[in-house]
Amino acid sequence: MPPGLIFIFGAILIPLLKGRTRQAYLLLLPVLAFFSLLNMSEGAGYILNFLGYELILARVDKLSMLFGYVFVIMAFIGFIYSIHLKEYGQHIAASLYIGSSLGVTFAGDFITLFIFWEIMALSSTYLIWARKTKASHDAGFRYLLVHIFGGLSLLIGIIINVAETGSTAFNFMELSGLASYLILIGFILNAAVPPFSAWLSDAYPEATVTGAVFLSAFTTKTAVYVLIRSFPGAEILIWLGAIMAFYGVIFAVLANDIRRLLAYHIISQVGYMVAGVGIGTALALNGSSAHAFAHILYKGLLFMGAGAVLHMTGKSKLTELGGLYKTMPVTLTLYMIGGLSISAFPLFSGFVSKSMIVTAAAEKHLTIIWLLLSISSAGTFLHTGLKLPFFTFFAKDSGIRAREAPLNMLIAMGIASFLCILIGVYPDVLYNLLPFEASYAPYTAEHIVWTLQILLFTALGFFLLLKHLGGEAYITMDTDWFYRRGARAFMWFVNNPMAWLSSKVNNIVFDVIPSSLIWAVKNPYAVMRIASDTLLLQLSGSDKRAEIEQRIKNEKDMYPGNINIYRPVGLTVLLITLFLMAYLLVFYLQKG
Amino acid sequence: MMKKEKDFFEKPGNIRLLKILSYICLAIIVAVDFFIPREHVYYPWDHIPGFYALFGLIACILIIVIAKTLGKKWLMKKEDYYD
Repeated sequence: MPPGLIFIFGAILIPLLKGRTRQAYLLLLPVLAFFSLLNMSEGAGYILNFLGYELILARVDKLSMLFGYVFVIMAFIGFIYSIHLKEYGQHIAASLYIGSSLGVTFAGDFITLFIFWEIMALSSTYLIWARKTKASHDAGFRYLLVHIFGGLSLLIGIIINVAETGSTAFNFMELSGLASYLILIGFILNAAVPPFSAWLSDAYPEATVTGAVFLSAFTTKTAVYVLIRSFPGAEILIWLGAIMAFYGVIFAVLANDIRRLLAYHIISQVGYMVAGVGIGTALALNGSSAHAFAHILYKGLLFMGAGAVLHMTGKSKLTELGGLYKTMPVTLTLYMIGGLSISAFPLFSGFVSKSMIVTAAAEKHLTIIWLLLSISSAGTFLHTGLKLPFFTFFAKDSGIRAREAPLNMLIAMGIASFLCILIGVYPDVLYNLLPFEASYAPYTAEHIVWTLQILLFTALGFFLLLKHLGGEAYITMDTDWFYRRGARAFMWFVNNPMAWLSSKVNNIVFDVIPSSLIWAVKNPYAVMRIASDTLLLQLSGSDKRAEIEQRIKNEKDMYPGNINIYRPVGLTVLLITLFLMAYLLVFYLQKG
Repeated sequence: MMKKEKDFFEKPGNIRLLKILSYICLAIIVAVDFFIPREHVYYPWDHIPGFYALFGLIACILIIVIAKTLGKKWLMKKEDYYD
């Protein structure tokens, strides 16, 4: 069975099991999926026929296998992290979410891709709602609506594409024509490319502690996967990616919620991958793939760390936290491994993956892109590696004395930390999995020294400007303003001008017109007289006005009056005779 | 029972030690740049020793200034802005 279906069908059993059995079962699912991955053979497998179209459930090559591996590893880590949850709803949602992400990864055609794409959107929404606060309820709805929009764009694009080409195959696409642009919008919306990015920073911080760990791993990275598959070398992605990397860093400065800060850094990091897809050389595409792999592990680790703080303290705002190192040193240490990995310190995973993309930009002489990506690197360390841990674990003593996170959480973070360091120290474990042919050696003297210079002097800048950098109890406007405030303006428009118009239309159609008609049919002849007199009144000079006005008044007072009007029969007969004569005349003239 | 709290960073002596060590690190990493061989050079400034130290410092300050300015002038709203 393809690994995605193991999770999707496996979810059915979760509510039937209890206690230890369920916990063991949750860990068994990724293990089974891993063995299923190992046994997959290259090429297209598990082909079903559906209404004359071929559904390919397992298109296996190095690219899909790379993402398959990291998704299954992250599933295992995520389930350990959330294994204490008694509520099975979140386990089911997580399992469906992982399964559908794997489904997208191995889909060989657009129909299969779309089906799994939508399951992903629905199941992930539950991980936000499950927090059961008003904020999470609202954010979940916004998240779902945005993803429905993206899904529809994708669906319309797919339909047009199938109509034009007659094929449902999901492969490289030329970026030209409506279909490809609609599909691209569907894809980059899930990759959180601005302006379609606010759903991520809006919803992820409102998700449950464990849900956010899953969310951080799958949606954006399946989007990176489908972009590598279908739009490598699309130039617009270079710019979108570089801007995105920088934008995420800027907005992270303003974030006060620790998980929102991390969410903005997902956008920033995915920006590197999107830019790599746009650059499109073998090195760049390998870089995007490798960075996605490394990112899932260290970002999962960071979200686990921030989640552990939230889980133990009930707080997630920098302004309310501080001094936690005193009682949570293990959580801090594990978090910092994630922080150093995302910052691309030598010996940590980001160092061997992110630099491939930056080097690919330099090789193609994309200086502005290179500059944006390099500046963003400094910003990444500034926030994830310095600001967040400093104001959470050090700075002032907030008076909170939280204990270390539960053992299962620490174990999950430990596994992720181990993998981050393993990839950093021994990059060949990752490089051997990469899909394209390009050699890259991260550990050169200059690369190590220059990276350390950027990072350490960023740290110097941080401590010099420390007093300006604490969290501030504000929220930041983002492109979600358009649908959050925009929705309010829309509701005002509906409730005021539109409602007024509607009541007027209602009044005229259902009240004024029917009652006038009823009035008029009581005596149409008198109505005509009133009408003709009214017309006469308008046309006549001032001398006759008084008389006509009087007449109209009388006619209205009399109305409807006696509706039996007497006319001599003779006149009727005369009219009929004249009409028949005219008819006869026309008839003969016609004949002649 | 709670284990003894860590208090390493509460002692001024330790902070001073860390500061000195940090400055030594900064000095070393710039000094080393004068001696390392350059294998792949993409930009002219790659030849300047210590360039990336300056780059990191300026990048850091630039990000903070841009973000804080945007935030104060435009983007930051009270927490009940959308309620």
